[in-house]
Amino acid sequence: MSEAIMKPPLAERQTLLGWLRKNLFNSWSNAILTVAAAWLTFVTLRGLITWVFTEADWAVIQTNLRLILLGQYPIAQVWRIWVSMLLLSFLIGNSLSIWGKGKTSTRFTIGLVVLLAALAFVVSGPSRTWLLAMGALLAAGWWLARGAGKAMRSVVGIGWVIWPLIFILLLRGFGDGGPLPQVGTNLWGGLMLTFMLTIVGIVFSFPIGVLLALGRQSDLRIVRWFCITFIEVVRGVPLITILFMAQLMLPLFLPSGVTIDRVLRAMVGITLFSAAYLAENVRGGLQAIPKGQYEAAYALGLSTTLSMGLIILPQALRLIIPILVGQFIALFKDTALVAIVGLFDLVGIARTVLAQPAFLGTHREVYAFISLLYWVFSYAMSYVSIRLEDSLGVGKR
Amino acid sequence: MTKKLYPILGLLLATAVLLAACGGSPAPATGDAPAEQPTAAPAEVIFTTPSGYGVTLEAVQSRGNLICGVNSQVPGFGYVDADGNFSGVDVDYCRALAAAIFGDADAVEFRPVTAAERFTALQSGEIDVLSRNTTWSTLRDTELGGNFVHTTFYDGQGLMVREDSGITDIAGLDGGTICVQTGTTTELNLADVFAAAGVSYTPAVFEDADGTFAAYAEGRCDAVTTDKSGLVSRRTVLADPEAHVILDVTMSKEPLGPMVRHGDDQWFDIAQWTVFALISAEEFGVTSANVDSMMTSSNPEVLRMLGAEGELGAALGLSADWAYNIISQVGNYEEVYNRSLGPDTPTYIPRGLNSLYTEGGLLYAPPFR
Repeated sequence: MSEAIMKPPLAERQTLLGWLRKNLFNSWSNAILTVAAAWLTFVTLRGLITWVFTEADWAVIQTNLRLILLGQYPIAQVWRIWVSMLLLSFLIGNSLSIWGKGKTSTRFTIGLVVLLAALAFVVSGPSRTWLLAMGALLAAGWWLARGAGKAMRSVVGIGWVIWPLIFILLLRGFGDGGPLPQVGTNLWGGLMLTFMLTIVGIVFSFPIGVLLALGRQSDLRIVRWFCITFIEVVRGVPLITILFMAQLMLPLFLPSGVTIDRVLRAMVGITLFSAAYLAENVRGGLQAIPKGQYEAAYALGLSTTLSMGLIILPQALRLIIPILVGQFIALFKDTALVAIVGLFDLVGIARTVLAQPAFLGTHREVYAFISLLYWVFSYAMSYVSIRLEDSLGVGKR
Repeated sequence: MTKKLYPILGLLLATAVLLAACGGSPAPATGDAPAEQPTAAPAEVIFTTPSGYGVTLEAVQSRGNLICGVNSQVPGFGYVDADGNFSGVDVDYCRALAAAIFGDADAVEFRPVTAAERFTALQSGEIDVLSRNTTWSTLRDTELGGNFVHTTFYDGQGLMVREDSGITDIAGLDGGTICVQTGTTTELNLADVFAAAGVSYTPAVFEDADGTFAAYAEGRCDAVTTDKSGLVSRRTVLADPEAHVILDVTMSKEPLGPMVRHGDDQWFDIAQWTVFALISAEEFGVTSANVDSMMTSSNPEVLRMLGAEGELGAALGLSADWAYNIISQVGNYEEVYNRSLGPDTPTYIPRGLNSLYTEGGLLYAPPFR
């Protein structure tokens, strides 16, 4: 940070050549290492780049892009997802302008719009129009919410709460006829399903996890024992076992005729699993709060609920943000396990794409592409968490 | 101090309860029948969904669609095409069954199941029928609580050679080298068949399938062997698939077919006669294109099958035009086969044993009367 404020004397300022000499070639051994490393990088990357641009047959991705992103969702109904995405873009534009900080937010918004336009340039057909519309709405949302007051903020806040409901309603539809025929969850898939499992997992496991962590420290014996039993049992079982139970064994225990949606079962399984781990992470955070904080809260006359909600939890949760994000990223990738119980998430759909007679033997292309998707979104989560930590000052005070 | 003992006590108690529940009766200390318990799969034997004559059909009809357990990863048998639709031979059987029940081949929900979970899924009632390239064998037909309906595809171990080698049968491989995966029944079958034919060969064994086929691709052996359906998908991955042929030789029995739960004979009959309708239709030359004109055929058996005469549908608990619906919407066995495994597809497998009995194959359906 400080070097930006005070530049070194002119004689010590670096030229490119000077920087190279200082950092890469400052001794014989380092020079050899540099050359060797550069050679190794070249050799490794040459193969990869040659493969990506000349040998790989990306037609498999082009042809199956819709399948990979949305699963078997009927082609005639895809517009419903696009409409949700338009609303989402508008909300993101609003939020960036309200909660973003000055130049960074502007740059970020422009970046997103450019990215959408670039994607629109790559794809063809109606997707292009939709993507361009998303970019336009994002910019419009950003522009409209500039200098917005408190009222606008709460409207956008409410928008974020309502959006998932609109999304699910549009996605699922109702009835057989009509403008929005019902689309069964067995047709939901691809990246969309992976996202839904992840987001539901995160959103619901967080409060459950916090409650379990508090319950584990409760003075009420039954509550404490229940929480301990739940946490230890769930943590003692692999996620795949829970999913397998939920998908295949559950019907045995239900009265005949009663069926629970399979996607819902997977969501519940993932949420409960994640909640047990989250509870232990939160407990770690709670234990890191000095006893003085608890005592101070009581000394102020706060009830247990208030002292937890106002004093202890905010500090404890702030402490464990890196751990939580780590867990959420792990959860994002763990959802791939549902492919084993026959749901077509990103991995499940990739495996079935590989069985298409026209694209046999394209394992590398398909797996490289879905790995890229996983990486992009994992990294995005990681990046957002670092920004969040920055703004909350984690590790700085 | 005593407080610390509570959890331990609790744990002991829980263990005791569990043991009591699992044991049922005190285990005899003599140990003369110890082998039985570990082999039985308790979850699959103890619980079964309520089942009995007619239960499945009723449940399916009231639900409004058929739930069919399929494979989503085998080219030609079960996979999802680029438009998001399930395709393949096993998938078409499900569509035929749905056509027989509802008169609508699309009234079926495909549930992809893996090899590990398929029998559990059938047992627990998650699926109504399992149509997932499953080999018919004794234990699967009995202990796993399922009934194999009929063989819909006679798979078997095959041989693939280079087309320019000019080899057409086992004798042509005399003195050659054959790539085979070690430790499998494939290796043993190969030895048996070649010994019986009096043909000598050198096996080149590999630990896994990838290694086996890589060696064949490099030209280290004259032929490679595994199940025919496997050969087909492997061939398409080779550098020049057209340069390799699968010989019309079958060295082992791998009868693949759909499976239903024990205990509902009506459902079993429906599932079985759906297969018979597909086979008979090919035998009588009834296709999806000519099925309407066949309604006035001079062959009384065709008329009975299509429901123009008699009441065979009612005997199955279905409508009179059940077989008509199958053939008009899905086609006969030949059409189903050629759609996924025919000469025009990348996954071509010669009919071989899967030809009608009149053409030297094994497909044979009982009479419709």
